[in-house]
Formats: sequence, structure tokens, C-alpha cells
Amino acid sequence: MNAAAFLRRLAGRPWLWAYVAAIAVWLVTILFTGGRGAGEVLTAAFTFATFSVIVGIGQMYVVTLGPGNVDLSIPATITLAGAVATKIMDTQDGMILAGLLVAIACGAAVGIVNYALIWLLRIPPIIATLSSSFLIQSAAIAYGRGIRIKPPPMLADFTTAQLFGMPVLAICIIVLAAVMELVLRRTLYGRWVTAIGQNIRAARLAGIDVGRTRFAAYVMSAVFAGLCGYLLSGFSGGSSLSMGEEYLLTSIALVVIGGSSVAGGNSNVPGLWGAALFLFLVVTMLNTYGFGAGMRYLATGLIIIAVIVAASARRPAR
Amino acid sequence: MTGTSFARNLRMLLPAISLVVLLVAIYALQPRAISYVGFNLMLNLAIPIALATIAQMCVITVNDLDLSIGTYVGFVACVGATMLTGGVAALPLVKDLQASGALPAVLPWIMQTPLAGVVVLAFGILVYAALGALIHWRNLPSIVVTLGMSFVWLGLSVLILPVPGGQAPAWIRQMMTLKPAFIPFPIIAAIVIAVIAHILLMRTSYGAVLRGAGGNPKAIERAGWSLLRVKAAMFALAGFFGMLAGLSLVGLTTSGDANIALRYTLLSIAGVILGGGEFVGGRISPVGAVMGAATLTLAGSMLSFMRISPDWQIGAQGAILIVVLAARTLIDRAERNR
Repeated sequence: MNAAAFLRRLAGRPWLWAYVAAIAVWLVTILFTGGRGAGEVLTAAFTFATFSVIVGIGQMYVVTLGPGNVDLSIPATITLAGAVATKIMDTQDGMILAGLLVAIACGAAVGIVNYALIWLLRIPPIIATLSSSFLIQSAAIAYGRGIRIKPPPMLADFTTAQLFGMPVLAICIIVLAAVMELVLRRTLYGRWVTAIGQNIRAARLAGIDVGRTRFAAYVMSAVFAGLCGYLLSGFSGGSSLSMGEEYLLTSIALVVIGGSSVAGGNSNVPGLWGAALFLFLVVTMLNTYGFGAGMRYLATGLIIIAVIVAASARRPAR
Repeated sequence: MTGTSFARNLRMLLPAISLVVLLVAIYALQPRAISYVGFNLMLNLAIPIALATIAQMCVITVNDLDLSIGTYVGFVACVGATMLTGGVAALPLVKDLQASGALPAVLPWIMQTPLAGVVVLAFGILVYAALGALIHWRNLPSIVVTLGMSFVWLGLSVLILPVPGGQAPAWIRQMMTLKPAFIPFPIIAAIVIAVIAHILLMRTSYGAVLRGAGGNPKAIERAGWSLLRVKAAMFALAGFFGMLAGLSLVGLTTSGDANIALRYTLLSIAGVILGGGEFVGGRISPVGAVMGAATLTLAGSMLSFMRISPDWQIGAQGAILIVVLAARTLIDRAERNR
């Protein structure tokens, strides 16, 4: 393969643009500081991007299932899993594994409830996950009771540990993302998810168990949200009732900016990392240049709209 | 055949039935709540929620979804608490500039007129219309576009009002605290909202076109209507009702806050669905949507009468949503089995 063909193939990858944009924003940021803090900015970006990538992967699998599939219960699940896990662990190092299992069980339970609602009531996933998120949020509020319990020291150390400036947690999640990309591309399950998103009727006729595949995707999304809540409560010194809030919009934004199709059937995992880094670096850049919270929100919103408009130009309307 | 029409009627009456069941339950728990003062207290906040629900319904009619309505209502509230009261001069930013001496202490008329607020609110509706046009023109997923817009509105609100504050115009405050004879104001307001939205969308000929654009866009286009214009009109209508929601909310709270209405996004979707609306096909019910909003608001009161901690208020809303949807599924199934 010659260089030109390689470049052309690379340019055809929609996720590439997220990385190009992330690097560009990073360069503009360190331009302002004259190169100082370049490494620290990257470390911070990887640290914070990690959490949104975890939920982004789950959201992406759900979105891949086709139009109307989206998980709105992610923030509530993060909050519930964080609250339950910190309470179970009760600052004891010996309970770290139990906490992890409980957080994942929380997620699995939410996912099962979500899909049960979709399946039993035959309602759009948006409404199903919306109504269950109300219940989960309430459960988290009632359970958490506002008392902030510290995470076990070992968990806190692990979530903040660094290896040559690279957060250990980020490395773990990069590996997880790679695995999930393989699952999407190389396994039967991943191909099923994509096939359902492209044409659910054709998928059914081809003999795919649509119900079970969708069920697994919703459970996966909720389990990742539970994992995110567990790690986030370790990272930020305990769980709080609002800790999941920002991840609803962020998780959807990652899928879009990462170059996955919102209509489903065409997704990629690498774009999630690029998009997460990009979104965080934009905020850092605006901070560096002295803009306030208002400008940061404004820029984030305009970027999301610009990306989706640009993506529609790339893929002509059906 | 009577069975089928019975099921259909039952389905149509479901929003009203759920509202009545809730009211009866509240009466059983606390008879004094069903009174002039009681309704005023319980349903005050139903007015902005009902308006936001109607706004969301307009967008759902054309098979789209508005994830930005909550922050948009917050944006309107911020504008209402500042520029609609004292013009540009009421902005904290301008006040800071005055304090630092960059601007004179006495500002010219043009900077004090509430007209600035009117212009900004009209701009908001224009943005909504433009979004509708953009979504149709480029065939964009509305969820993503409005997701982006939710950040934009939040950013603008924070720029207008960095910290909660400001003051709602006196006329809005007076209107929201009206005490008409016999019938509490929130009930009158709810009926007026429902009737206007019903006439607009269900009784006018262009309303039929607007709903048709959700049900069968191709047919509407072949009949010579511009789908672009329909979508822009529906989004503009959503912007208009969203604006009313923000203004009525700021009239109740008397001060603005960028985060004041974040929950409205999800509540409004829940209200539309509770009221019998559907995500696709232009099947909506304005009267049902207002009832849905009232039901969601009353769920909170019901819990406090049952002495259940307010922690569960959101949960109760979710539970009601699930119960009503389950009832609807059962009715549908009964209809099909006949």
C-alpha cells in the first residue's frame, strides 16, 4: 500500500477528525502558554475524558441499534451506583471488589428494568429509559441521603494514579475501548448490533435474535454507567447526587462528534476517545484564554451543531 | 365494533382518568387540598410546565424531539428577570461596567427600555424557526441539534445572569398572582392554554397540515405544502410556547436562574406522552398534554399528603408514567384481540 492510498483510507475514517480537532485545540492552548503546561493539560484531558468514554461506549452500542434507541438513564445510574458502592465499601480497602460488583449489579439491574419496559410496554426506548431514570434518581436520592462517604483509600489512589504522566485509569479504559471496538467489528454480537441498526427487518429475517441483542446492549450501557459511577466516586472523593448530571449530554455528544451515525448501524469506538479529549481540551482552551462558563457552554453547543451539520454534508441525506 | 370504539375512547380518556384518579386520591388524603387556596398552591408550577409541554408537543408533532426546551425556558427566565424589566442596563455585566466607571451612572433611554428584552425574546423564537428549517434542510437528527442548542441556551443564560438574581417585571408577577373569583388562576390558565393549543393545532386547516407533516410528510409535500415552512412554523410555535413557559416561571419565582428549568426537558417529554401523544406520526393531544403536565405536578403534592419524603417526587412521576403507559398497552392489546 503506498502512502497516498494510506492517507486516503485514513481520511475516509470519520473518527479521525475528532483527533485532528483535539490536537489542533491542544496546540492553540499551549500556544497561549508558550509551551508551558502542555503535558499537564494532556494528563488532565485523559483523566477527565476517561469517565465520559466509559459511558460513551455503552451509549454508542445503544445508538447503533437504530433510530430512537438512546439511553437516558445513564446519569441516574451513575449516581445510584456511586452512592450504593461507597456505602457498601464504607471506606474499607477490603471491600473494593465488593463495591465494584455491587456497582455493576446496580447497572445490570437498571439495564434489565429498562429493557423490560421497552419490551413489555412496547414504548420507545427514550420514554422507557426516561421513566426508569426518574425512579432510579429518586432511589439514589433516598438512599444517599446527602451523606458523603469517602471512598476506600486504595480505590482513590488507583483512580488518581499516574504512570509517566499518563493516568493509569485512562490506560485501562483505552484497553477497554480497544476490546469493545473488536467486539463491535469482529464478533458475531457486534455485527448483529450493526445489522439491526442498518435494517431491523432484514436483521430479523436473517435470523438474528433482535430481542436478545438489544437486551444485551441496554444492559451493557447501564453496566458501564454503573462502572463509571463507581470509578467517579473513587476519583472525586465520594459520591454526590449531581455527579451523573453532565454525562447524559456528554455521552450523546461523544457518539456524534466521534463520527458514529446517529441513525445507527455505523459506529466506531476510537472516535469516542477523540471526541472526549476534544471536548475537554476545548473547555481547557477557553479557560486558558480567560473565558467564563457561559462562553464554554456556548462553544460546546455550537461545536456539536457544527459537527452534525458537517457530518450531514459528508453523508448525503437518505 | 362497539368494543373497538370503547377501547379507543378509553385510550383517549386515559389522561383525564389518571388526573381524576390523582385528584380523588389527594381528596381522600387531605380534603382541604381540594379548595381555592389548595389548587393555587398545588397547581401554580403546573402553568410553566404545561406551557413547556405544549412547546415540546409542537416539536414532537413533526417527529422531532427538543432536548433544549429546559435550558431555553431558563434562558427566557433570565432575559425576563433582567432585560424585560430594566433593558440592557439591568444586565449584571453592564452594572459591573458602571461600577468600574467604564459606563456613566445614568444611561440613555435606549439602554433602559424593556424593549431590549422583547427583541431578545423575539430573537429566541427566530432561532427556533431557523433550527426547524435547518433540521429539515439537512435532514439532521433533532436530538443532536437540540442537544447542542441546550448548551447554547445555557451558555447565553449564564452570560446574561452569571449568578441567580434579577427581578421579574411587575406586570408578569401581578398576572401570575391573580386571584379571580371562584376558580383558581392556575385552572383558568390551564384551560386557556389547552383550548388555544387545541384550536390552533386540531381545529384550523393549517393545523391539520402541521400534524400531517408528522403523519405523512410525502402526502403533505405532494399536496403542495412546503415541509420546510411547516417545520419552521412548528419550531417557532415551540419557541413561542417555551417563551411563555419561561415568562410565567419567572413571574412565579420573581428572580431568574440559568439552571431554573433544567428538569423541564424531561418533564415536558413525559407530559406529552402521558397526555396520549406519540413520538411519530403526528398523533398528539394538546388537551391531554396539559392534563399530563398537571398530573406530573400533582404527583409531588400527593406524596407530601401521604407523608412520603419529597426525595421520591421524581420517582413518583416516573411511576405514574409507567403505570399510564402500561394501561395504554393493555388497552391496545385488548383492542387488537377483538
